[in-house]
Amino acid sequence: MSVEFDRKIKSTLADANLQLAIYTATARLKDKRIENVADDILPDYQELRTHANALKKHAIENLDHYLEEFERNVEAHGGKVIYCKDGTEVSDFVLGLAKERGAHLIVKSKSMTTEEIDLNERLEHHGLESVETDLGEYILQLAHERPYHIVAPALHMTRYDVADIFTKHLNVPNEVVIEKQTAIARSVLREKFLAADIGISGANFLVADSGAVVIVENEGNARLTTSAPKIHIAIAGIEKVIPRAQDLATFLKLLARSATGQPLSVYTSFLSGPRRAGEVDGPDEFYVVLLDNGRTKLLPDRSKRQSLYCIRCGACLNTCPVYRKIGGHSFPWVYSGPIGAIITPQFMGTSHEPGLPFASSLCGACGEVCPVKIDIPKVLLELRSDVKKAEAREKHGRIEKLAFGIFAWMMTHPRIYEMAGKIAAAMAPSDGGWIRTLPAPFNIGPVAAWLSQRDLPPPPAKSFRDMWRQR
Amino acid sequence: MAKRVSLFVTCMVDQLFPKVGIAMASVLERLGYQIDFPEDQTCCGQPAFNSGYRGEARTVARHFLKTFANSEAIVVPSGSCTSMIVHHFADLFAKDPATLARVHEMEKRVFEFSTFLTEVARVEDVGAHLDDIVTFHDGCHALRELGVKTAPRRLLSHVRGLELREMQPAEECCGFGGTFSVKFPELSGAMARTKIDAIVGTGARTVVSLDPSCLMQIQGVLSRAGSPIRTMHLAEVLASR
Repeated sequence: MSVEFDRKIKSTLADANLQLAIYTATARLKDKRIENVADDILPDYQELRTHANALKKHAIENLDHYLEEFERNVEAHGGKVIYCKDGTEVSDFVLGLAKERGAHLIVKSKSMTTEEIDLNERLEHHGLESVETDLGEYILQLAHERPYHIVAPALHMTRYDVADIFTKHLNVPNEVVIEKQTAIARSVLREKFLAADIGISGANFLVADSGAVVIVENEGNARLTTSAPKIHIAIAGIEKVIPRAQDLATFLKLLARSATGQPLSVYTSFLSGPRRAGEVDGPDEFYVVLLDNGRTKLLPDRSKRQSLYCIRCGACLNTCPVYRKIGGHSFPWVYSGPIGAIITPQFMGTSHEPGLPFASSLCGACGEVCPVKIDIPKVLLELRSDVKKAEAREKHGRIEKLAFGIFAWMMTHPRIYEMAGKIAAAMAPSDGGWIRTLPAPFNIGPVAAWLSQRDLPPPPAKSFRDMWRQR
Repeated sequence: MAKRVSLFVTCMVDQLFPKVGIAMASVLERLGYQIDFPEDQTCCGQPAFNSGYRGEARTVARHFLKTFANSEAIVVPSGSCTSMIVHHFADLFAKDPATLARVHEMEKRVFEFSTFLTEVARVEDVGAHLDDIVTFHDGCHALRELGVKTAPRRLLSHVRGLELREMQPAEECCGFGGTFSVKFPELSGAMARTKIDAIVGTGARTVVSLDPSCLMQIQGVLSRAGSPIRTMHLAEVLASR
């Protein structure tokens, strides 16, 4: 585990206000989800999950086919598809287009994919203004922070935090009433929408058979982003493609319920191509950027590639007892929570943060709520094995490797196992009560780590096998 | 002829909580089972498997398969160790068809204790008596990997003198997680303290679970906090008369 990861976990745990903010916000989302997938509300919930899993499995296993079909259909509607292997290629494309069209101002709707490639920073570096228009994302952009959560990016902030950020960056009086804060953001953003040259969005689904980009949102900012400016660029990971429009009947029933506990989000937009003759709204130019950025690396692994099924609902974060303690910013990349713990090592390499797959009690709550049934605990276990194999190659972690070698030897030699147990029990200083502290030579390594938080059970006078023999 | 069962008491019960094993044996004997304790038994290998050491886990798993090769039914006082055998052994031997066949054959014979009572022995009232107010902690692997939810509650509902109070939330992890508890001690401890808040909220005097490892975590934190609340394995409750 890196020093940084360890430090962030400890500092988040030590911050009582932050702990309360995370716990309360995730509890709200978690409870609303449970309410809205209940048997009486959505009786076919488990069948929908199974079906969604099968659809994603099929789409990922036939990714090349569906991407080509999607591309053909986008182009038939007058749009254009651009394949990019990484963030540099995406920013080169956007910068090139902006230069050709003389664009200066970009409005953006919420997109984790663009967070992944630091798109705003790349564009701003070249003199473009890129403004986030989702309220949470806008607050974070002002505060120069990364999203704390996949669907609720400013989940960790209170309205008092937001008031301070607005006062500092927007020169407005300190305003703590949420509706009034929204009005402040709205008045700033409305001007940006009207003046913007380019709108950049993400995508929740790319529908192959109709060439449509589907965007799910609550604030209406994605509608404005994709229709007010003359140019719309949708940036999406290649795994977002699904075969048919009718598959949305399954996914849309699951997505908003899993994310926020809404039966449907407030807006669901189907965007296919630029404005056609006779249409009032819509952009003149329509581009879909299909981003790899490490995704194709996952395809050869039959088990781990299920990580690409994710529809970014955030349910696993809200239900995860680890996320609910360490929050989003402790995670080493933009994706946090259980899904972040399985995709970060695969996109970035296990050495990016070797401790990440181990930061889980393997309780399985994530897999239980995943609307597309990703077996997150299974993938975590596979990644743990990958980390240990990499460590063995690089000759790291030799003490732990040795310890587990001894463990395996002892556990296959019952007499030695029994003797080792007797020696340990004889050495442990105990008056029969639970042990609070141990003298220095014993208070090391895992024992010290255990005792830092809780008491140790006293060794019993006899092991089970001794008691059994004497029965 | 009496029905036979083999005990796999787990390394944790053998070395730290032997009374749980004795209690489990006495409940099974009360129901007329003849008990066998294969002396070569040690561990299921889960610590190595969960820590990423699959080779070492395979070695220990093979030892388990050999030790219990001739057992008819194997009863385990832990949902987590049961799940290791019935779900994860298959992951370990996915590329070894001969062993995998033995694993699949073994899976059918391994039972978590409460499931064995309700599904195989088909009893819910084992004649236990315990004057106590208890709350039940769902171990995550029992709950989510084995689907054990009602069996322990049905068994507890027949214990005379016992009142069961559900905690809110009941299904949240205690934070043990094997080596997780010592690799991320502050995080594991924080999770346990949240669990303790839920337990305290019920007013129960005793926390009952199927898993000795969860109970070690919960009791360790209760003990550190100076709480009078105690922990008991379900087998110990059912052995009380």
